[in-house]
Amino acid sequence: MSTNTQNSRRDFLKTLTSGGLLLGFSWLDTDAAVPVAIADLLAAEKKGFNSYLSIDTDGIITILSPNPELGQNIMTSFSMIIAEELEADWTKVKVIQAPLDTKSFDRQLTGGSGAIPHSWKRLRTAGATAKYMLIQAAANQWNLPASECSAKKGMVIHAQSGKKLSYGSLAVQAASIEVPKNVPLKDRKDFTLIGKLVKNVANKSIVTGKPLFGLDFYREGMLYAMIQRPKAFGTKIKSVDSAAAKAMPGIVDVVVFKNNVAVVGKSTWEVTKARKLLVIEYENDGGTPESTSDHNAIFSNLLDNGNVTVKRKNGDVAAAFANAAKIIKSEYQGPFLSHSPMEPMNFFAHVRPDGVELVGPTQTPASARIATSKLLGIPEDKITLQITRLGGGFGRRLKFDYVVEAAELSSIVKAPIKLIWTREDDMTGGSYRPAVRYRFEAAIDSSGNLTGYKCRGVGINSGSPTREDNFPSGAIDNLLIEAVEHKSAITTGAWRAPITNFLAFAEQAFLDEVATAMGKDPVQFRLDLLARAKSNPVGAIKYDIARMEGVIKLAAEKSGWGKKKGVSQGFSVYFSHASYVAQVCEVIMQAGKPVIKKIYAIADCGEVVNLGGARQQVMGGVLDGMGHAMYSKLTFKNGAAEQNNFNTYRLIRMKDVPEVEPHFVNNGIEPTGLGEPALPPTGGAVANAIFKATGKRLRNQPFIEDEIFKTT
Amino acid sequence: MPIFKLSINGKQYQPDVAEDTPLLWVLRDHLGLVGTKYGCGIAQCGACTVHVNGTAVRSCVLPVSSVKNSAVTTIEGLSANGDHPLQTAWDEVDVAQCGYCQSGQLMTAAALLKKNPHPSSEEINNAMQGNICRCGAYHRIHEAIKVASKKI
Repeated sequence: MSTNTQNSRRDFLKTLTSGGLLLGFSWLDTDAAVPVAIADLLAAEKKGFNSYLSIDTDGIITILSPNPELGQNIMTSFSMIIAEELEADWTKVKVIQAPLDTKSFDRQLTGGSGAIPHSWKRLRTAGATAKYMLIQAAANQWNLPASECSAKKGMVIHAQSGKKLSYGSLAVQAASIEVPKNVPLKDRKDFTLIGKLVKNVANKSIVTGKPLFGLDFYREGMLYAMIQRPKAFGTKIKSVDSAAAKAMPGIVDVVVFKNNVAVVGKSTWEVTKARKLLVIEYENDGGTPESTSDHNAIFSNLLDNGNVTVKRKNGDVAAAFANAAKIIKSEYQGPFLSHSPMEPMNFFAHVRPDGVELVGPTQTPASARIATSKLLGIPEDKITLQITRLGGGFGRRLKFDYVVEAAELSSIVKAPIKLIWTREDDMTGGSYRPAVRYRFEAAIDSSGNLTGYKCRGVGINSGSPTREDNFPSGAIDNLLIEAVEHKSAITTGAWRAPITNFLAFAEQAFLDEVATAMGKDPVQFRLDLLARAKSNPVGAIKYDIARMEGVIKLAAEKSGWGKKKGVSQGFSVYFSHASYVAQVCEVIMQAGKPVIKKIYAIADCGEVVNLGGARQQVMGGVLDGMGHAMYSKLTFKNGAAEQNNFNTYRLIRMKDVPEVEPHFVNNGIEPTGLGEPALPPTGGAVANAIFKATGKRLRNQPFIEDEIFKTT
Repeated sequence: MPIFKLSINGKQYQPDVAEDTPLLWVLRDHLGLVGTKYGCGIAQCGACTVHVNGTAVRSCVLPVSSVKNSAVTTIEGLSANGDHPLQTAWDEVDVAQCGYCQSGQLMTAAALLKKNPHPSSEEINNAMQGNICRCGAYHRIHEAIKVASKKI
């Protein structure tokens, strides 16, 4: 298999040089019920079909992959699902990134761990339909009943006679077969590709440095642009002196729009240098710009006196706490984080009188186009958007601010431009994981039962800082979940596993505190709560108890929970998006300091499509969770970020990496997504293991700032 | 602007750029060699790693004027057919996720193996500590270097 960096529809059609089976599918309805076979490429162009599975006469199978690829390995997984049902020869499968096409594709975005769950049935149906037509074409040619024929590895076979025909040789005839409805799908026991370890289809292009990413896109005659944005959130431009910048070699123009001063020139370096010569004065835009020290005070005040929203209430919480023999109360705080994908924000835009061309890395191409259309007053059908490979996303590229900036700037300077954010631009002017603080309280009665539970969360532009219907809701008689929000000029956004990336740590660490106070084993404590939720649920339960029990038990088994000498283990489990992950972290003490040696991660994401890709998501998610919990924070002084690059903002590096052992629950349910769910449990497993090893509860991130890590 | 004579991947180039232009941007903007990536611009992430006379350097902070008369190798020139033992090991171990940092990871690893064909785990960690992988592919990067080292 291979990938193709070209990705326009015309280029795709050109790859079918000699005719063949071309299937256009309506991906817009759940059943993908109406595939259309097109033998004539010109007719295909005219009809505007754009969601294709094609089989060329040379047997090459080409698949258009609609969702943006940011390292979740979707191009490989999508193709595997089609190839499985199609009984394709995997070595003849070619994958092409589709451009934005909302008429042909549904949910053409990357986020929410949703691509595979959304497309699972659609892709299987696509493959099965093509297989049906190929078998029928062979049966017709042999004058034999199709029921006697089968397909394997790109061949249709008639076992009784030993006749065989390749898909390539059948492609033209197959195109004239009536497209079937309700084709049967394979039984999972017959899967030969799904669940196996299949290598990333882009490996060769990646290791040879091919131009895959947005920043690698160059167009003859394009200009380069950088924007100076306000350094402090909550400020606006007062005055701009751009004379010195404009006088620099290679600079074409300096333009001011909104709160931006854009430098446009003939090369990245010339623009970089000229931008440093801008003299811009800023003034406060309304209130006073905020600092991290203000946020600490705001958190305390809002937790005590804030106007809280009750998100869930069960039983009589006040009575449970009034009658408690023991009350445990803790607060957990998490800082702002930068997404920092390795490829900084960038986009190419060319606004012409007759339309707009956009090229670059985005997780939400459709929303980016809608916003561009609104801003420029140009209809969406006059705007094309080519999706490049994304050098990471982590949620940052769900926001399309940089796409709209590029389009606006191109419309002002009337030239094709590539807008580039530097690393500093990204870290200081981007969007952040919201800073949050949680106050947890638990009431234990005189018999040692957990009778009351409260969680009050406050977030800065967090949307909603709680997940009120998640475990342990449903397992405790008297429960109160509340949220408070602080509005700030500091812009935030969805950061991989939004909210749960910190909330899971806080909750799982607090449950560990409660288990310890009750003298219970942390694993058994959770299983007891789940047993209660199953036998006698309190209010609505919106998580799957059996699946959560499944990962807990498998984690205990795989990690040898409670049976190991010489290591301290910490446990954590979390349900996020639609999947379940339990983790056990192992810590040892070295020179008086805790060292993370190993993390077991047991995931129930339903059917694993690509074992290689799934392991990558789990291991990468664990390192993402551990790295940020341990090392990362972004602080503000007078509205400006105090860290602006990797010299002051610490990310996990190779020496920090523990062993990670992933396992998957094999329960045969349909896939439920894996891009995010492995991240949330990690902070809790790490903190709980460190508590076991040191007796110290870590409640604030990053952990590295705690005294237990300081050299004495 | 001065014209610099550069030897890159065995080919001669004569870009017309300001002398303080970092080699990274000469490669990318002027010579069409975009395999070398911009990540931080301050030599902290390793995405821009190339070889100058066989040594791994961060091209984002290396002025083009300082590489005159030097032999530069980029990811595009690491091997003729993408078959350097590290490149094949990267595929065998299925290292990449988003892939953006991998050119730099490979070039750092290639310089390591040139000096030290059979590095210990600790030596691999030390050599690779300057290269960030935001996807967290560190386990496989480490493993692939070991796999390649066995083939050399």
